[in-house]
Amino acid sequence: MHELSIALSIVDLAAEEAERRGVKVNAVHLRLGPLAGVVKDALLFSYDLACEGTPLDKSRLIIEEVPVMVHCSRCETDREPISLQDLRCSVCGDPTYEIVQGREMEIAALEVE
Amino acid sequence: MMSGPRLVEVRQKFLKQNDLLARALREWFRRAGVYVVSLVSSPGSGKTAFLERTLHDFARRHSVAALVGDLATENDAQRLRRSGARVRQITTGTVCHLDAAMIERALEDWRLEELDFLFIENVGNLVCPASYDLGEELRFVLMSVTEGEDKPLKYPTIFNTADVTVLTKIDLATAVEFDLEAAKETIRAVRPGMLIFEVSAKTGAGMIECWRYLEERRNEARAGSALSA
Repeated sequence: MHELSIALSIVDLAAEEAERRGVKVNAVHLRLGPLAGVVKDALLFSYDLACEGTPLDKSRLIIEEVPVMVHCSRCETDREPISLQDLRCSVCGDPTYEIVQGREMEIAALEVE
Repeated sequence: MMSGPRLVEVRQKFLKQNDLLARALREWFRRAGVYVVSLVSSPGSGKTAFLERTLHDFARRHSVAALVGDLATENDAQRLRRSGARVRQITTGTVCHLDAAMIERALEDWRLEELDFLFIENVGNLVCPASYDLGEELRFVLMSVTEGEDKPLKYPTIFNTADVTVLTKIDLATAVEFDLEAAKETIRAVRPGMLIFEVSAKTGAGMIECWRYLEERRNEARAGSALSA
């Protein structure tokens, strides 16, 4: 369970950004991949705790889940794999060796006023 | 003057600090010519036994050191120091993983130029270490035959951040009716093409192949950096 420390980094980054821009943050929008090793529900739970006593108190966390994409050399394009447990191309069934998306852990945007 | 709520794009990785520090560490390791390998696994998979045997062997041919992460106790470091290698324990308290800042602090007063290999044993945990780059060149995920063949299906993320799987305690495979082919199949379903070693730190089976691989990788890395220098 490392989501609390991740929530604290998110709050730090967002507070820094808000101060630099001189705005108040209402919501933080994240992009999160399933291979980031971060559990969405645990992060949402930790976020409220992490915000307490900071300028982000009462702000919301909005998480966009980014699907895993792999590069399929047979299809010569990026595809979704069959599943996280089976990284074969969901179209042709060939094994894939390169994950092109799915490790995202980023703040995409801030909703401010 | 704008008013009311609006959306501003930020696009910042939220473990940016760790990523930046890990990148700086990786550059430092490369400049110093030390090859860095980290080990991750669940508790009790045999990371320390694997490392112990490796350090004993490597210490005869290479200058080798290790950092060992645990929530508490110096036990692992004491055990590993018997190999003659330099070993430092990182006790994380309640933190379930190592991060780049802990590695940097632990190496503060070390002369990395004197080392050929540095091993980093992460805290026993198959979840949290996946998110943190430590600046290593290679990440080994260890899985013992007593854990069951389907472990990779339950923890695909850690297998995806690792470069190599080491199946440990292979001497117990028959006793626990471990299905080696099924295990390899699940590992390669989660990570197609993944290199797999089968070892027993107790009997020494398979260890030489693993060591040879590490030495080859280090030689390649050195040849590569000599070319680019």
